[in-house]
Amino acid sequence: MIDLILLNIATLGIFVILSLSLNLIAGYTGLLSLCHAAFYGVGAYTTAILMTKAHFTFLPSLIISGFIAAFFGFLIGLPNLRLRGDYLAIATLGFSEIVKNIFLNWDSLTGGPKGISEIPPPSIFGIKFSAYNKFQYLILIWIFVAITYFAIKRLTQSRFGRALEAIREDEVATLAMGIDVTKYKVFSFIIGAFFAGIAGSLFSVFIKVVVPNSFDFMLSIIILCMVVLGGMGNNLGAVLGATIIYFASELPKIFGISSLIPPQFNQIIFGLILVLMMIYRPQGIIPRKKIDYETNIVKEMKLRNKK
Amino acid sequence: MENFNFSTILQHFINGLTVGGIYAFIALGYTMVYGILKFINFAHGEILMMGTYISLIIYDVFLNYFKTPFLIFVAFIISLIIGICFGVTLGVSVEILAYKPLRNAPRLAPLLSAIGVSIILSNLAAFLFGTKSKKFQYPFDNTPITISGISISPNQLMILILSLILMVGLKIFIDKTKTGKAMRAASENQKVASLMGININRIISITFAIGSGLAVIAGVLIALDYKVYPTMGTMAGLKAFIAAVVGGIGNISGAMLGGIILGLLETFGTAVLGLPVGFKDIIAFGVLIIILLFKPEGILGKKTREKV
Amino acid sequence: MILLYTKGLRKVFGGLVAVNNVDFEVEKNSITGLIGPNGAGKTTLFNNITGMDIPTAGDVFFKGKIITGLAPYKITRLGIARTFQNIRLFKDMTVLENVMIGRHFKGTHPYLTKNSFINAILGYIYVKREEKDIYNNSMKWLDFFNLKDFANEKAKNLPYGKQRELEIARALATEPELLFLDEPAAGMNPKETEDLMNTIKRIKELGVTIVLIEHDMKLVMNICDKITVLNYGKKIASGTPKEIQNNPEVIEAYLGREDE
Repeated sequence: MIDLILLNIATLGIFVILSLSLNLIAGYTGLLSLCHAAFYGVGAYTTAILMTKAHFTFLPSLIISGFIAAFFGFLIGLPNLRLRGDYLAIATLGFSEIVKNIFLNWDSLTGGPKGISEIPPPSIFGIKFSAYNKFQYLILIWIFVAITYFAIKRLTQSRFGRALEAIREDEVATLAMGIDVTKYKVFSFIIGAFFAGIAGSLFSVFIKVVVPNSFDFMLSIIILCMVVLGGMGNNLGAVLGATIIYFASELPKIFGISSLIPPQFNQIIFGLILVLMMIYRPQGIIPRKKIDYETNIVKEMKLRNKK
Repeated sequence: MENFNFSTILQHFINGLTVGGIYAFIALGYTMVYGILKFINFAHGEILMMGTYISLIIYDVFLNYFKTPFLIFVAFIISLIIGICFGVTLGVSVEILAYKPLRNAPRLAPLLSAIGVSIILSNLAAFLFGTKSKKFQYPFDNTPITISGISISPNQLMILILSLILMVGLKIFIDKTKTGKAMRAASENQKVASLMGININRIISITFAIGSGLAVIAGVLIALDYKVYPTMGTMAGLKAFIAAVVGGIGNISGAMLGGIILGLLETFGTAVLGLPVGFKDIIAFGVLIIILLFKPEGILGKKTREKV
Repeated sequence: MILLYTKGLRKVFGGLVAVNNVDFEVEKNSITGLIGPNGAGKTTLFNNITGMDIPTAGDVFFKGKIITGLAPYKITRLGIARTFQNIRLFKDMTVLENVMIGRHFKGTHPYLTKNSFINAILGYIYVKREEKDIYNNSMKWLDFFNLKDFANEKAKNLPYGKQRELEIARALATEPELLFLDEPAAGMNPKETEDLMNTIKRIKELGVTIVLIEHDMKLVMNICDKITVLNYGKKIASGTPKEIQNNPEVIEAYLGREDE
């Protein structure tokens, strides 16, 4: 029982990272990206390949996975940024399919439909992970959740984050403000993809098997639902959305009643969430955060004056 | 690499045109909706799928009673018509329930809603009809006719003829009839069109109806050659959307042109490049990326600048 | 001194010539009006100068240098700001945040790099200082427009007249030398228009050169040092308000010929 709880909390952590990173692209910058699972998959496969075939250790694999995923983020970002929102969505979808197709068919590198298995447990700073100790993984994953959260929070609560939101609100006006919109859009893809890659890397060592079907379009939609439900453009919202959706879909399994619910039920709920949220509460459960600049700045000035 | 002589090329050409015709039917639905609402109906493929399933089910029921070739063909036609009616109703209802409330919302909202509808419908179908694919019995003898090395099946012939009739018909409808003119006006400028007394809601419903109807026809044609399954709408829809983009989204002739081009590219591409089956779909996505990079407005599209 | 001028500027859309060989001049520290019937090409001219559109032919010179066809964000950084005919505020962001965006490419503490991304991750303390500068500067502009009390309101909740002012405040936050205003008085009542007039005068006092597209003749004649008139994409007159008022071609353009 404890084991099951640990497993779920650890997996939840991975989804929180995915949700936070997609929120940067979709929530803050307003880019409808339907290929987040592809970045996730790229990260997972990179780590899997590096650790099983090249015998890299975990931390270098993790970092490389992040950067390779970020590179893919750059690839999908750049040419598509001449496109409007709806075209971009389709292009990301197409990209996602191409990536999955590559996972499925490039047998020599990715192992084809079977994927890559027997990924070794990581060894970090001398601590060798036991393959069966879920608690260690949980700690590892949630450390990265914290890192991701703080990094993205810093980014979004700054000049950079404001620029992203301005782009979401009105690109033309943002250009008139002297901001290179294309550069920021590409950046947000790169950063979002980077963290998705990190999540993928963690997934790789945790689950120890990567197969193409784990990274399909439906997963991109699920992550999108997390962002939409929790609150687009709000980091806490992304965490909340991930938590709600993850447990809602896992609860039947946890309580052992999953055989009672038809498998399509979950996904129908996701679809309904998207439709209903858009019609009735597009800002999500937690709407955009109201930053009280005055208090922040005034407090800061008072502190300085005391010194 | 195959042996390339005239008859193989012609064969591929016919195959490509046939596939292209089907893509064109589906692409028309996307392009007409985009023309009026400037919005991509992600759920279009699922409407296709649902309508096809209904046709299949009714057809199977009829086949229990109708045994002669003539009656079987009649049963097919009736089932097709019922399927079309169902698809049209579904398409129009989806618009009213899930898209209409979002007509003035920021552009992401209707897209997400459409994605949601798409997911609901495909899973509903899996739940109602099972995930295993089903086969549609040919309502006629489909042995291919061979003329000097080129074979063409009656089904392919039917597709080509239907494509021609429906596309010419649609063109005439859009260009000459009052409703067609209203549709064109609405896609140019919705506000002004409504000020001229055009009932925009009615025009939008008609647009969805026509698009859905054509999609169901395409779906049944696909089902005859391959099979019916809950996610058949996704891939067909995606590729048809690519066809619409290639031809110029929002442009009806563009959708037809794009469909044909994509069909030909896929057929010739697989033959020339000798791709294994798994990679066939990559051609469509590759074409998409290329057109988005070099001419995103499509072959027949106009470069629209956002009005500042 | 001529701050900005266009030479033979021409913009063609398909078969339509929207701007037809226009030589447009703006004197430094002046308020220049750009008027003409609807569809005369005024906003198109604006768009071609500010980079939102690329001219088919002709050139634009700013402070003696060619700026034709530069990306809009680069033109803003050179010192040209603008407002839009249909107000383009960042609706879901607060009034204060809207102006803060105007400070984006300006707000850099000496220790920070130009790249706001690197700053955000690595330079926490300096980012705080940078935010303080941006905040103070933005509040200054809000004060100028008497919008300070609305600082934390969402831009979309402001009354129409104040939204227009906010858009101007935001443009001014970029510290331009040249400010293009596209129909700032549209939809305003006489009192609001008079307030706007005084605001524009105060902006001029700050040393900003202003170009104004407007239909409100009272405002234009009252406040402009020089007026250029466009009709069907062509410049038909240019001069002081008095000269323009008495120009027969201008009168014809607006009112039609007498014998019709």
